[in-house]
Amino acid sequence: MRPVELSKNVYWVGAVDWLTRDFHGYSTERGTTYNAYLIIDEKVTLIDTVKSGYCHELMHRIRNIIDPKKIDYLIVNHVEMDHSGSLPQVVQEIQPEKIICSKMGQKALTQHFHQPDWPYHVVTPGEELRLGPNKTLSFVETRMLHWPDSMFSYLKEDQILFSSDAFGEHLASSERFDDEVNQDVLMHEATKYYANILTLYSPIVKKLIAQVEAMHLPLKMIAPDHGIIWRKNPKKIIDAYSRWCVNESNGKALVIYDSMWHSTEMMAKSIAGGLQDKGISYKLLNLQVNHHSEVMCDVLEAGAVILGCPTLNNGLLPRMAGFLMYMRGLRPTNKIGAAFGSYGWSGEAVKLMNTAMSEMNFRLIHPGLRVQYVPEHGQLQECVELGHIVGQALLDAKAGNKAV
Amino acid sequence: MKKHRCQICGYDYDPEVGDPDNGVAPGTAWEDVPDDWACPICGAGKDAFDEL
Ligand SMILES: [Fe+2]
Ligand SMILES: [Fe+2]
Ligand SMILES: [Zn+2]
Repeated sequence: MRPVELSKNVYWVGAVDWLTRDFHGYSTERGTTYNAYLIIDEKVTLIDTVKSGYCHELMHRIRNIIDPKKIDYLIVNHVEMDHSGSLPQVVQEIQPEKIICSKMGQKALTQHFHQPDWPYHVVTPGEELRLGPNKTLSFVETRMLHWPDSMFSYLKEDQILFSSDAFGEHLASSERFDDEVNQDVLMHEATKYYANILTLYSPIVKKLIAQVEAMHLPLKMIAPDHGIIWRKNPKKIIDAYSRWCVNESNGKALVIYDSMWHSTEMMAKSIAGGLQDKGISYKLLNLQVNHHSEVMCDVLEAGAVILGCPTLNNGLLPRMAGFLMYMRGLRPTNKIGAAFGSYGWSGEAVKLMNTAMSEMNFRLIHPGLRVQYVPEHGQLQECVELGHIVGQALLDAKAGNKAV
Repeated sequence: MKKHRCQICGYDYDPEVGDPDNGVAPGTAWEDVPDDWACPICGAGKDAFDEL
């Protein structure tokens, strides 16, 4: 097996997971990878490990390059189990001189693996770690990107940023570099990753990008812990993050709904018709066939979110309730919102969706549309008008008349 | 005494408990927490906190 070399004496030694389709509720239709990196100098350094069950793949790749016992430093950029699950086994096998992590990393590692006597070395911001004549590492604390323990490592001579979960995506492939894969697939998965993991930390992403720019770190490559390594065009992903973190809208609308007997669905289609009249690009997303993590991928850049749900037992259908809970946690901002739904006798659903959206600071531009049982022509006309209102608001926002 | 919540990670500053690990004694009111104090979980500054 030929080792994957990023630059001289810097190797990818991770694992490719072609199987996982559900990553704690995030649908990973294209699988994922757990990236780990090996740096060879006087001190041999391993950056991150892999999920439990993939340890043999990691060790096999290392063994192809060097005897794992020769590893001196083990860097833990992030404590989450997909990168640390095999840590106890790796520590056992390589007996590292130092386990290098952030302050919060040491805390989290202890609370995961209950090994207070491991040889922790907590980095201080700005600290430089010389690995030998040719390699020097430094560290950037990136708390809450996306866990308190998260940090980046930077390899000075080779200008490689090891960015942990940031700038990554869930994508299994035989290729390891950005220039070797389909760009549309790559950017779709990178968008989905940001939307489902990082949206709520956008203010921190914004600060971090400014901070990294101010440090003037020359960046030849970005090597994240999932997916491909950005060697040809790292600027592409930094530019995308710069857009996402300021909640830039693409001016599109989403009609996200669930339906019992197609009444709410009829309303959804009429609203879509109204959006169409205004020349607005939209998607009709029935939650029965669209996974919530795919929907969030569209929500990230959308300008308007129109939610539809019938009333069941004085409340929401569980799929919409679950979706709202998920979306609320991710805190998308800068959206126009509206709600609609059919009902039999009590009709609470619209109000519940309105409340959820106002709590998320969406700009509600309509009190919401309710239809008892099955909509007739005039009621569907009102739905078309709702589409017009949302469409017009999007056009106004685009023209800069009103901030979304 | 009022509690304050970090808007980034959800940590609550409780004046009765303080943050002794980071030099803020129990009983320290929010107003008396030093300006350079940071959220012990996520590192955010005092400005990221809202009153509960
Ligand atoms: Fe993570
Ligand atoms: Fe991860
Ligand atoms: Zn915090």
